[in-house]
Amino acid sequence: MFFGIEWDTSSQWAFAVSIFPILLHGLVITLEATVVGFFIALALGLVLAALKSAPTRFIRWPAKLLTEFIRDTPLLIQLFFLFYVLPEFGLTLPAFLTGALALGVQYSAYTSEVYRGGLEAVASGQREAARALNLAPARTFTHIILPQAIPRIIPALGNYLVSIMKDVPVLGVVTVLEMLGVARIIGDRTGGYLIPLTMVGGIYLILTIIASLGVRYLDTHLPKRGLSLK
Amino acid sequence: MNDATEIRDAGEMSDPIIKFDKVVKRFGDHVVLDELDFEVQRGEKVTIIGPSGSGKSTVLRILMTLEPINDGVVYVGGQPLWHQWRGDELIPAGEPHLREMRSHMGMVFQQFNLFPHMTVLRNLTEAPVQVLGINKAEAKKRGMELLEMVGLADQASKYPHQLSGGQQQRVGIARALAMRPKVMLFDEPTSALDPELVGEVLNVIRSLADEHDLTMLLVTHEMHFARQVSDRICFFDQGRIKEQGKPEDIFTAPKEERTKAFLKAVLDPDD
Repeated sequence: MFFGIEWDTSSQWAFAVSIFPILLHGLVITLEATVVGFFIALALGLVLAALKSAPTRFIRWPAKLLTEFIRDTPLLIQLFFLFYVLPEFGLTLPAFLTGALALGVQYSAYTSEVYRGGLEAVASGQREAARALNLAPARTFTHIILPQAIPRIIPALGNYLVSIMKDVPVLGVVTVLEMLGVARIIGDRTGGYLIPLTMVGGIYLILTIIASLGVRYLDTHLPKRGLSLK
Repeated sequence: MNDATEIRDAGEMSDPIIKFDKVVKRFGDHVVLDELDFEVQRGEKVTIIGPSGSGKSTVLRILMTLEPINDGVVYVGGQPLWHQWRGDELIPAGEPHLREMRSHMGMVFQQFNLFPHMTVLRNLTEAPVQVLGINKAEAKKRGMELLEMVGLADQASKYPHQLSGGQQQRVGIARALAMRPKVMLFDEPTSALDPELVGEVLNVIRSLADEHDLTMLLVTHEMHFARQVSDRICFFDQGRIKEQGKPEDIFTAPKEERTKAFLKAVLDPDD
């Protein structure tokens, strides 16, 4: 029994059917961690991107160094730091929040590069034309550069959303009961790992396919009138 | 206002509208403009010709404040462009001054640089509404008049990529004119166009050249066109004006060997 739901081991099929609602409980946690982690990555990435294009190198360099550090160290180390080291300094976060934060921090390094790449891909002639027309820098950014960068940025961010979802099982090591962890516990208690693990793989596959279709849909339906995105 | 300012203001009407005073522009070690002296009078139509790398486009880009200078002073309408006065001293200009000075100039780019996510009409109204503070209805009316002038009134609601290169460049010209500049800068406006589309753009520029008050500075490789519309031709070589004069003099009786060689190369490329 798990999450108050009994499993039925009378046949393999009955077992699979009975543990499905249990796995869905884990799936909810997985999706929550994905979404929270993703939003942290979006916001933090924006901050990093801004810092990395700051006018002074005293801001730029530390920001670049931090990005590099985040990218070049395993997610697990960052997770352990947040979970085990922060409490030593008196800051204890719930396991779920710690996990989501670790995902968000890890992926902010990638999203910041997506933002930067998207903005830099807008032709320099666009900035020059805006300057020649005396458009204010803020107006140029919000109405000339951003609308051309966003259609490039969104699909790339969508791909990272999928990646985050696939990294959520790592949070299991800090006691977050996401879907894969749930499947493992079912295996531990019933002695049958094949079915729960296969089902988790299947659910992941379906989610990834749906997400990929979503990204592709965005890619073709984003407002990019007039933009050629090669 | 101190005395120096008043004297400068008084001299403004007879001054050249554009004056380069020993202007130096470097890209790294490469000297693009080498103590360039260059003047353009109000309403004058001047074409700059010369080999690539001779600093032709740089002159326009400096005037449009897209490229800063390394030394010397540029004056537009008697006011220093890249400097501002502090007492009797010239100091590097701040953004408010550059913004003010920029409003005198309009630029047409080789690659058009239209805003691809905006309709043709919106390309023409964005800056007038945002920068000049003209209300939208008025800006649209004026935009349509300009599109009429360049023969594209029926394309107003299209996006740039739906137009031919020639049409896009005509929109580019209209967009620059919408800001009512005193000086129009054309940076190789037909160089990116298929040959059969060059004529329609040149026709629009030609009609502008008839406007007495508008000062025009044109960088082009269209020599026959330059000869027709220009009051003066300047031949640039290695960051300086090697030779300048009336079109008929430059094209039929160039004095400098460099000018002769250049004109021969561009006018009879088959030899």
